[in-house]
Amino acid sequence: MTSPTNRLAVVGAGPAGLAAALTAAHHNIAVTLIDSAPQPGGQFYRQPAAALGARRPQALHHAWRTWARLRDRLDAHVAAGRIRHLPGRHVWFVELLDRGFILRTLTADDEPEVFAADAVLLATGAYEKVLPFPGWTLPGVVTAGGAQAMLKGGLVLPGRMAVVAGSGPLLLPVATGLAAAGARLAALIEAADPRAYGRHARTLAAHPGKLAEAAGYAGRLLRHRVPVLTRHTVVAAHGTDRVEAVTVAALDADGRARPKTERRIACDTLAVGHGLLPHTDLAGALGCRTDPARVVVDAQQRTDVPGVWAAGEAAGVGGAALALAEGEIAGRSVVAHLTGERPRIRSTAATSRTALRKFAAALDAVHTPPAHWAEQVADDTLVCRCEDVTAGAVRHAVTELGAADLRTVKLLTRAGMGWCQGRVCGPGVAGVAGCPPETVRRPFARPVPLSVLARTPSPTEGRQE
Amino acid sequence: MIRRNPQDRPPNLPLDRAQDRPLDLVRARPGPSFTVTVDGRPVDALEGQSVAAVLWSAGTVAWRVTRDGRPRGAFCGIGVCFDCLITVNDRPNRRACLVAAASGDVIRTQRGEGHDDLAH
Repeated sequence: MTSPTNRLAVVGAGPAGLAAALTAAHHNIAVTLIDSAPQPGGQFYRQPAAALGARRPQALHHAWRTWARLRDRLDAHVAAGRIRHLPGRHVWFVELLDRGFILRTLTADDEPEVFAADAVLLATGAYEKVLPFPGWTLPGVVTAGGAQAMLKGGLVLPGRMAVVAGSGPLLLPVATGLAAAGARLAALIEAADPRAYGRHARTLAAHPGKLAEAAGYAGRLLRHRVPVLTRHTVVAAHGTDRVEAVTVAALDADGRARPKTERRIACDTLAVGHGLLPHTDLAGALGCRTDPARVVVDAQQRTDVPGVWAAGEAAGVGGAALALAEGEIAGRSVVAHLTGERPRIRSTAATSRTALRKFAAALDAVHTPPAHWAEQVADDTLVCRCEDVTAGAVRHAVTELGAADLRTVKLLTRAGMGWCQGRVCGPGVAGVAGCPPETVRRPFARPVPLSVLARTPSPTEGRQE
Repeated sequence: MIRRNPQDRPPNLPLDRAQDRPLDLVRARPGPSFTVTVDGRPVDALEGQSVAAVLWSAGTVAWRVTRDGRPRGAFCGIGVCFDCLITVNDRPNRRACLVAAASGDVIRTQRGEGHDDLAH
């Protein structure tokens, strides 16, 4: 055992990480809560810096009372010394040594730090998937979640006339948030067919709260007179120095843009997203089993590496309520592991997790990107934004150079070799290349300066903590 | 490093009080604004805003130029995509969406693939 101040390290202070940290601290486990953001809450409960003096931050939020309770409990545990909250630190590597886990972090200024722990809970969250289309690199084209994050955190809008497009449950709160903040919404473009919800009626009916939430968003869209086009997709964004318009088209039953349905919509902002992808890098580097959609966990949220748990979007995207349930379950499992007692998982948390996962699966089945989206990607469209690799170059690698998997495509084209480590272009390159998505193993969870690696002692050189 | 002249900047949105609407929504009472410079041009900023938020408030959505000369700005807004790289106080390749603006910051747009620091 290391010192009692380092028993559980929780990576990520969003809903899952907070629920886990609070549960463990409540059972007198000393928790180190490490988060890359300056404030706790994750993406879901992102809020303006205190200096901006927001007296009504809940105007941009859903389920604010849940957040207020989490924040109060966090404050109490921090004050009592049971949780050490370390904001502004990005964990780039976790390793298992014979005496426990070592977590390596970088501050925003690339200052390295090292923390030790007996158990690690990965609540690393998710980022947005955006599939490429002509014009998607134009300034003013942002991810739907990015527009929301900049609004919630910085109280800013990228423009005045927005189109929100793509597929998934995130589009509704993004559109209503932008509208409430003063943007005009030229259109909400959703690829899914709402009739597909009919196939999941029973699952949906089990979540009246979610239905009420959706109805609330729908009401606000009506109030802001937002034109909603379902079974539609953005086929191109236009402009030279920034986006000036988008072309949208109706989708046919096969998920192809229907000829002669195209229409042009003027806008200075396009907020676009096609769902979320989990951050699984730390788990992968630890040797945990992952698949492209999640870190694989058992009923107690344990990964297959002893001492490592995962909860929230990292363990499969399902929203904040699911993350809270999973975080609590993981926290209780950690307590049992560290104290030697039997795990006491509340049956309500487990029931809630089961139902919410089913709900998430139903949403996922409804909100699929158009099946033939890759056909809309012209040869001169960039698919890899960091390395400026075009769809034509990716197709050339497959058809002329014989690349049969994503790794070969990457080696031949540099797609995925840039700053973002292939996170943004991964699904786009896979779709354009016609390769199945692969589980990507990244040695580090963010780019690390060589100077930091050079100063990183090998395990035999001892610990900094 | 190729420094871009202010007249080369991408066209900005016309400024009015539209940027205050989100602040009004949450009834924000920010502290007094301060000034940063962006390619030598003074820009108003609020404490607590990221560099990207300051630029959006000023109507600027493009501040990087790729190696093939195309403009970029913030895309993911949460530090994942690295599209918003910018030079702050002579440090290149900062993610504008993550770096907090501070009074007197000297901000320069940058060009290329983001390996400026390796050329020094």
